[in-house]
Amino acid sequence: MTCKTQLLTFFLASVMLAVVQPGISAQESSSPAFENYFMPATTKTAKPDEKGFIRRWLLLEPISKPNRNNRVFTDSYVRDALTHEYFPGQFTTIPKDGDKVKVKMETQAPVNLQAGRPAANQSQTPVMEDAELTWHALDSKLFNIKLFRFATGLGKTRYGVVFWAVTIVECDRDMENVRLAVGTNKGSMWWVNGEELLLLSGDRHMNVDSAVSKRITLKKGRNIVRAGIINGPSMSDFCARFIDDKGNPITNLTITCK
Amino acid sequence: MKQNIKYLCAGLILSAAAVDMYGQIGAPFIHDPSTIVECDGKYYTFGTGGGGLISEDGWHWSGGAVRPGGGAAPDAMKIGDRYLVAYSATGGGLGGGHAGRILTMWNKTLDPNSPDFKYTDPVVVASSVEDEDCDAIDVGLMLDPTTGRLWCTYGTYYGFIRQVELDPATGFRVEGNEAIDVAVDCEASVMMYRNGWYYLLGTHGTCCDGANSTYTIYVGRSRSVNGPFIDNVGRTMIEGGGRKVLSTEGRRVGPGHFGRYIIEEGVEKMSCHFEADLDQGGRSVLAIRPLLWKNDWPEAGDPFEDGVYEIETARNGYALEMTVDFVRTGGGMGGMGGGRNGGASAPASVPNQQLSEVIDSWPKGDCQARNGYYVARPWQRWTVQAVPDAGGYLGGPYYKILIAGTERALAATADAEVQVVSAFTGADEQLWRIDQLTDGSFRIMPKKVPGHSEPLALVSMGDCTPTLAGFNFSSDNSKWYFRHFEPLK
Repeated sequence: MTCKTQLLTFFLASVMLAVVQPGISAQESSSPAFENYFMPATTKTAKPDEKGFIRRWLLLEPISKPNRNNRVFTDSYVRDALTHEYFPGQFTTIPKDGDKVKVKMETQAPVNLQAGRPAANQSQTPVMEDAELTWHALDSKLFNIKLFRFATGLGKTRYGVVFWAVTIVECDRDMENVRLAVGTNKGSMWWVNGEELLLLSGDRHMNVDSAVSKRITLKKGRNIVRAGIINGPSMSDFCARFIDDKGNPITNLTITCK
Repeated sequence: MKQNIKYLCAGLILSAAAVDMYGQIGAPFIHDPSTIVECDGKYYTFGTGGGGLISEDGWHWSGGAVRPGGGAAPDAMKIGDRYLVAYSATGGGLGGGHAGRILTMWNKTLDPNSPDFKYTDPVVVASSVEDEDCDAIDVGLMLDPTTGRLWCTYGTYYGFIRQVELDPATGFRVEGNEAIDVAVDCEASVMMYRNGWYYLLGTHGTCCDGANSTYTIYVGRSRSVNGPFIDNVGRTMIEGGGRKVLSTEGRRVGPGHFGRYIIEEGVEKMSCHFEADLDQGGRSVLAIRPLLWKNDWPEAGDPFEDGVYEIETARNGYALEMTVDFVRTGGGMGGMGGGRNGGASAPASVPNQQLSEVIDSWPKGDCQARNGYYVARPWQRWTVQAVPDAGGYLGGPYYKILIAGTERALAATADAEVQVVSAFTGADEQLWRIDQLTDGSFRIMPKKVPGHSEPLALVSMGDCTPTLAGFNFSSDNSKWYFRHFEPLK
């Protein structure tokens, strides 16, 4: 989405002058809390929900990558951005809750919720910084993983970001003809057991089963699902589940973060 | 009917005065149009930023509608003898905060030249704070015909689409009403009701990026006014689901902001804007399309395409034709008896009967019109072409209907019958309104029937007998199909 609110800024002044006779309070709710979306993954294992959505994930705090709009997410851009190694072991390590990684990332000014982000200075040389980011083992309270709220809840960068997510799917037998089905707000790449399965590009929104992988076999034991999600000025989130050959969700899986 | 294809050559060959039937004419430039509302014989739609468009016939549009308050994506509807106009105000800009407000106001008329034209003070009926999962813009209104309750949806890509209830008498929020989440990751929401279903329309994709916008209109439905609204593959709109209503069509890119307009039973239109009409400088334009219903799902019909057609009655499949002698064509019977009679002596192909083979046998003057078995003969093939400067109706221009390759024109008569006159003159009785109906068939109506003031449509009174009579959607006698499309040469 190239946000319509960009246009509306132009009209804001006239609106502010409008004579308003409130019928109700203009303040209906406050900013949402982190706890509305996530809770720590404290149990040893979890199951997919009744629709098969995997809610337990290890999420890395967002890597700043200041995409100022959502027009850039071509296939090649997403691939370049999400195959870039931001930290050692990015594509191989199974992190643990609380693990920290060191990342060199581009700084960006914080969002001003009243005025929007400051104008881009294209001629300015990007300023890089060394940052230490933490992995969090979380259970989502929703079927979709609200990465945007993960970021805002931790006081981290909300727009122009790259997220990394890892989870472990345990099977009690080999499961053939399984597909990974995902939806992401903006671009993403997905790997299972190190094999690249999906790349989602474009100015896209989170839709259930927006993209579905080829048929794969989930092996008996542990299977590692890894994803990178990239966004500009939008609300990052994703949903993911495995479906069978008929498109039905698979729920007899065990999900762990250890 | 291949209406999706605008043949590249057609635009080069047709005269400069050809009508672009894909967009509205005049100055139909608008973004985020509200649902079209009729007021005192004129049509109105409002857009983002204030103001809007007016049309006297529903085809030619120009600026002049007045809506104070600025802001975004209004909606409008008539309730009783007043007009309720809703709009939204927001701030923050791209990547910023999302504090928004939905406001409503009333007017006795939408005609800015009327002495009664005066908006009431706007009232805030819903809002969002800057960092909640909602951005209170893009309002849509629905008056539930089964209960008389007034519902309002709003929101954009920043979080959820929400629904609140308003008081249809005041336009205020119903006291104590709590907003509920009904969809996510879309904007331009609006609801409608039909046949026991409540529908939630939303626009997905990229807004405001001209020819690169990916705006597309989607819908979910529910038996409950409050949802959940589910798409054709079982996804709720909270899960991002939606069934397509209208997407980019050819050189018109990025439809968004659905609005429904019911003309009468079986005749419905939908309005929207295209983010970019490449034939109009890439500007954002108002569009009006037939609204079809298939298995209780709404779909946009195609704009009618100039071309050569069979015009077939839904009554029994006969084709409208000019009453002339049947002229046999070449190609004797073959294939009977295991192919013995059609064997080696049969030609590889048999040419179509040409107009030149039969036209000299036709009467020079006017002829009757009738229906008959369709055999693709020259007296059954009709050129249907929009007529420039002949005016129009909601969503379309008037057409002339000529025997292909001739100037012989289908015309209404003073005794409310139809005939084929020897030459097209542009008279009102030779101009035809073509509306695609909700079931995909078509209604064909003369612009004017001499001596008659009531609207009449082309109707099959008998299998072979077309006439002009009142339109009845429940009867196949009133419905026609345009088949075997050929582009104009």
